[in-house]
Amino acid sequence: MDMKATKKKLGLKEKYAHMTRGLDWETTYQPKEKVFPQATFEGIKVHDWDKWEDPFRLTMDSYWKYQAEKERKLYAVLDAFAQNNGHLGITDARYLSAIKLFLTGISPLEYVAHRGFAAAGRNFPGVGPRVACLMQSIDEVRHAQTQIHALSNYNKFYEGFHAGASHQIERLWYLSVPKSFFDDAFSAGPFEWMIAIGFSFEYVLTNLLFVPFMSGAAYNGDMATVTFGFSAQSDEARHMTLGLECIKFMLEQDPDNLPIVQKWIDKWAWRGIRVLSLVSTMLDYMLPKRVMSWKEAWEIYFEQNGGALFNDLAKYGIKVPECIAQCTIDKEHQSHQLWLTLCTHSHAMGLHTWLPNAEEMDWLSAKYPNTFDKYYRPRFDQLRELADKGERFYANTLPMLCQVCQIPMLFTEPDDPTKICYRESEFQGEKYHTCSDGCKHIFDDEPEKYIQAWLPVHQVYMGNCWPEGTDPTAEGFNPLAKYLEWCHIDLARDGGDYEGSSDQANFAAWRGAATQNT
Amino acid sequence: MAVTALYDYQYPAADTQDKFHGNQLLYVGWDDHFMFAAPLAFVLPPSSKFSELVENTLTFAFGRHPEWAKIDFSKVVWLKSGQPFVPEMDKTLAEQGLRHKDVLRLQTPGLNGNGTYF
Repeated sequence: MDMKATKKKLGLKEKYAHMTRGLDWETTYQPKEKVFPQATFEGIKVHDWDKWEDPFRLTMDSYWKYQAEKERKLYAVLDAFAQNNGHLGITDARYLSAIKLFLTGISPLEYVAHRGFAAAGRNFPGVGPRVACLMQSIDEVRHAQTQIHALSNYNKFYEGFHAGASHQIERLWYLSVPKSFFDDAFSAGPFEWMIAIGFSFEYVLTNLLFVPFMSGAAYNGDMATVTFGFSAQSDEARHMTLGLECIKFMLEQDPDNLPIVQKWIDKWAWRGIRVLSLVSTMLDYMLPKRVMSWKEAWEIYFEQNGGALFNDLAKYGIKVPECIAQCTIDKEHQSHQLWLTLCTHSHAMGLHTWLPNAEEMDWLSAKYPNTFDKYYRPRFDQLRELADKGERFYANTLPMLCQVCQIPMLFTEPDDPTKICYRESEFQGEKYHTCSDGCKHIFDDEPEKYIQAWLPVHQVYMGNCWPEGTDPTAEGFNPLAKYLEWCHIDLARDGGDYEGSSDQANFAAWRGAATQNT
Repeated sequence: MAVTALYDYQYPAADTQDKFHGNQLLYVGWDDHFMFAAPLAFVLPPSSKFSELVENTLTFAFGRHPEWAKIDFSKVVWLKSGQPFVPEMDKTLAEQGLRHKDVLRLQTPGLNGNGTYF
């Protein structure tokens, strides 16, 4: 017998009410503060969680439907990419260094973001942010998966794609930069997490990561990544709105929240910008076909767009992060300083570097008229001279690292780009070194946290970074070789200069086979 | 300021000297020479003489630079934590108060990669 529908379907508004706010309940046999122990210790005062405006009004059933549809489209394109030799469509195999950096440095963070938003959702007493955090948590794990799937086709043909998420994120010296950034955020309370990741990273800085990355992929013939980007775009829009809603909610709930929120904005803007300095090398050096310079991206996505955002937040008393003056100086220098560092350390990396050619250096001169010819071209010229003599220079000693951002101490003084910036703090009789006023300030505010940092250089020197069973006293012991083995890097294939690499040889041979008869 | 935490938040520092098998960390940067992109980290016994540091350790690390051989060590300037420091070549690191994780800067006036800071 057919069931008779007694009532029409729920209206959108009703459905929304039932499937978000209606899911909440009052605790009975435990006091609420024991069920939500993380809700108050950060000092953020919330008087009425019902004032939370759900920015997207998305319910779980529609969420599943949208996401499943996107998934079908994404995987159809990925199949087509694989069947049509998509790995040969890229401009040049040098492009893949950018993708390797993304896969090893960023994709594992999507997974940490998944865990972090799940935790934030659990810890907020309000049902509105809980539902939004739940969806973002699922988005993030999906991003990790789909990024790995989208790039796995390259793994069949090129080196360096094999162990990013499984081993390298916890071991490789340059990946400790993004990893420690997320560890820092995840080990904070739920409100700081929302400012760190939800607002600073997903709202203020996200375009500096995704737009150049996706445009870079489009410019360089990487359809797999472009498709992933489109698939993630609607999620990112939702994440940005969540981050912004969260900050407005905190500021509207109680005036005492303002100084706490401002402190977090200052901290996480600087932390995020330091992490993104890795992206600056992608735009200025790694993309064979350039999209825009890092400086241009910074001016559009941070100075202009971010400026409008902070104008909007000014009505709550929020000020532009204090690090901006430093960033305005750094935008002329950081990609060059960082790429010079990577070029002289790629014998200990899982991706290739190369010295820019004449045409690329002219592009850099045009984009950086104030700094490139004056400071950086002569350094590349001298590295090139050594390389041409067969003496490509790689540093034979490990660099000193910043205790907070964990980047080698390569950045220069605000008033003198020819002097390394050294900052120092002392805590409980022990010295700690930082690369900038921004990182020193963060250290000094919470030294108890940063003294625990897992600094790869120190860990190597303690002898913690070899494969099990290694005897460092054995004759002929080669610490670098053992470290790379522990990181699952085969230097002959994965690292060093792109010139002479197997990626270069394979790409040339396969491209040749696709376009010529011999 | 202390960490804002749910409980009494105290954890040991990760990089104390006892973890380095009898050695100490020492950082040395050579000003005006960006062939070496950042200051370098060394792990040494506190009983190493300063002369050994210069002749062996630093020469291994910086010796690829053509200007390293031209340095007149009687005319260089050393800074420790940014303050002037006059090392005694015959004394050990410990004897002249160089502690775990101290940072030295070597300044070699007149040598700066011919003005390129390379």
